[in-house]
Amino acid sequence: MTERKIRALVAKPGLDGHDRGAKVIARALRDAGMEVIYTGLRQTPEMIAEAALQEDVDVIGLSILSGAHMALVPRIMELLKQNDMGDALVLVGGIVPDDDVPRLQAMGVGGIFGPGASTVDIVKLIREKVKLA
Amino acid sequence: MTLATDVLAGNRRALSRALTLIENGLDGRDEILAELYPRTGRAHLIGVTGAPGTGKSSLVNQLALAFRQQGRTVGIIAVDPTSPFSGGAILGDRIRMRDLSGDSGVFIRSMATRGSLGGLARATADALKAFDAAGFEIILIETVGAGQAEVDIARHAHTVIVVEAPGLGDDVQAIKAGILEIADILVVNKSDDPRAPNTVKALRAMLDLGSQRSAQAMVNHHGRVLEAIQPVIDGNSQSGWNVPIQLTTATDGTGVAELVAMLETHRSYLVESGELARRVQAQMAYELDSLLRDALLERLLASVDSSAMASVVEQIAARRLVPHAAARMLVSGLTEA
Repeated sequence: MTERKIRALVAKPGLDGHDRGAKVIARALRDAGMEVIYTGLRQTPEMIAEAALQEDVDVIGLSILSGAHMALVPRIMELLKQNDMGDALVLVGGIVPDDDVPRLQAMGVGGIFGPGASTVDIVKLIREKVKLA
Repeated sequence: MTLATDVLAGNRRALSRALTLIENGLDGRDEILAELYPRTGRAHLIGVTGAPGTGKSSLVNQLALAFRQQGRTVGIIAVDPTSPFSGGAILGDRIRMRDLSGDSGVFIRSMATRGSLGGLARATADALKAFDAAGFEIILIETVGAGQAEVDIARHAHTVIVVEAPGLGDDVQAIKAGILEIADILVVNKSDDPRAPNTVKALRAMLDLGSQRSAQAMVNHHGRVLEAIQPVIDGNSQSGWNVPIQLTTATDGTGVAELVAMLETHRSYLVESGELARRVQAQMAYELDSLLRDALLERLLASVDSSAMASVVEQIAARRLVPHAAARMLVSGLTEA
C-alpha cells in the first residue's frame, strides 16, 4: 500500500506560446512512472510557486523559449524559498545561452536542457536527485 | 507544533505535506488522521463527475469562483487517471482552474487514481478529511472522466453533480444503470450547443420515468394494465428531492449562479430531512467496510507464505480446486492462526 511516486510540475512561465517541448517532457515523465501536474501556458512565477506548494511536488520543470529566463527563474526560485519549497529540484528547458548556464546554476537550478536533450537523461537526473521520504 | 496542529491552524504548506503523507500511506499517516478527524464534518462535500470532456474542470473553476464571491473558502481535489502501463499520470485539471490562482481562500490538489477503478483514488477519502479539518467550507471533488460505472463519488460526497454534455448518447444511455443514478443535480454543460435542449429533454424523460407522478399519468392514460410498471427506476431513491437539471456554459459562467443556488437548496434539504446524517452514516459504514477488507487481506497475505499461495494457484489452474473453495481454505487457515 505504501507507494511513493515522484511528483513533477511542468510549467511554462512567460508569454511564449510554444508548449510542444513542455508536453513532450510531461509525457516522458509520465511514461517513466511519475505523476505530472501540467499547468498549461502563460503561467506567472506566482502561479507556478503556488501550484508547486499545493501539489507538494518533488521536481519543477520550467520550459522557457522566449529568452526571459534570467527574469523569470530568479523570481520563481525566490518564491519557492518563501513557500518553504526550496528543496524541490528545479530544471530549466529551452533556449539558454551558454553564458547564462552557470548563473542559473548559482541560483540553485539543478539541470538545464537545451534543444536535442534526451528525455532519458532528464528522467535519469530526476531519479538521481530526488530523494523520496 | 506537530504537522496536524499546523494544518488545523491553516498553514498551507503543512496541509500540502499532510496530503502527501496521506496519499502515500507513509509513516505518521494514522497519527495525523487521528488528530485531524475530530475537527472534520463541517464542510459541504460536493462531487463533480461526468464523462471526459464534458467540462468538469471548467465547471469546478466557475463554482469555486462563485463560492469565493460569497466569501467562502474552497478546497478542490481533482482526480485524473494513472496509466496502467507506466504507473505515471498527467494531472491536467489545473489548466482549467487558472482563474483561482493567487487566491489564498482556494487550495487545489491533484491526485492520480493509482489503480483505483471507481473514479477516485484510494486516498481521496482521507485527503478530504485533511481539507475539512483545515477549515475549507466547500470541498469540490472532481472525479476522473467517468463512464457508466464509476460511482465511488457517491460514497464520499454529500451532493453529487453529474455533468452531461450535448451529443453524447441517446435516451437509452440515459436510463442505463450507473452514473446518472447517483446524481443529486444534473448539469447539461456547453448549453450554447444547439443540441443542448434535446439532451435536457432526454434527461428529464429519464427522471420522469422514475417519479410517482408519471406513473400515475401512465395509469390515467393507459388504464390499470400498466400499473405494474411501478416501481420503476428511481435513481435517487430518497423521497422529497426531485433531481433538477441545470444548463450551464462553464467557459463563460452562464447558469453557474443558478447551480450554486441549487447546491444550497440541496444542502438545506439534506440537513432538514435528516438525509445528511443518514447518508454520512452509510458512507462511514462503507469506508469502514473497505478498510476492513484491506486490513484482512493484508493480514491474510502476510500469514500465508507465497509458496503456499503459488501452490494453491497451481491447483486452481490444474482444475483440481475451485477458486471459491481455495479462498475459503485460505481464510479458514487465517482464523485458526
